[in-house]
Amino acid sequence: MNTYLAASIGGIFIGLSATIMLGLIGRIAGICGMINGVLEQPSERNWRLLFLLGLLGGAYIFHSFTSTPIPLPNDAPLLQMILAGLLVGFGTRLGNGCTSGHGICGMGLSSMRSITATLTFMATGFATVFFMRHILG
Amino acid sequence: MKNGIVSIFAGALFGIGLALSGMTDTSKVIGFLDLFGAWDPTLIFVMGFGVATTFLSFKFILRSPHPLISDRFYLPTTTDIDYRLITGSALFGIGWGLYGYCPGPAIASLTYGQSSSFIFVTALVVGSISQRVLMDPKASS
Repeated sequence: MNTYLAASIGGIFIGLSATIMLGLIGRIAGICGMINGVLEQPSERNWRLLFLLGLLGGAYIFHSFTSTPIPLPNDAPLLQMILAGLLVGFGTRLGNGCTSGHGICGMGLSSMRSITATLTFMATGFATVFFMRHILG
Repeated sequence: MKNGIVSIFAGALFGIGLALSGMTDTSKVIGFLDLFGAWDPTLIFVMGFGVATTFLSFKFILRSPHPLISDRFYLPTTTDIDYRLITGSALFGIGWGLYGYCPGPAIASLTYGQSSSFIFVTALVVGSISQRVLMDPKASS
């Protein structure tokens, strides 16, 4: 499939997933919020855990049914991988959202907070890759 | 029970969307973030169509007093644009650019069985817990 078409349909699927969560059970489909909830909020653990398991299942189903090869792992040095994970975890917790919560859901609600967050993490994402690829690299 | 069925179905749809769109491929994400190099704009379409979908559907959904099978909407109430939002998002973007995973694709990629995903997700969880322990020790979640 054309990659632009795949990205567009993928985006619609993600938007529909968020639509189902809000429309049926009134929840925002924010992944980092779910991770934190699973870790720290036992009474509300199950639906969050099931959503996260669904993520794994969905990716599995996609690759098995379409015979699309799974992506190669990123060969960045271990230290960079760990630092990146720490920053993503720390930052999304501090900023209360990630690409799904602020990006897909918050912007869908036209929240100024989410628009600001999304512009900020896009900007530092662009800046980081620029630095790593074109200054260090 | 009903919430669980809805969640696993929606999660699977989200996971298919991530894998189909290329978000679980770190080289593609880095290519998208490489604005000043060989920029690959494809992932703009993921965000664009994703937000277009929620923008339309959320307006419609929120006209109802409550969701279809639950008693209320759980919407964020904070509206402050403060240093936590900006600093947190800025740090998240740096981590995203360093490796190419945001939380959703990182979790979905666990299904690939690559040790890198497990290491990344462990670091993500440690980072998230340390934010709370270091900055909000008294917060009850």
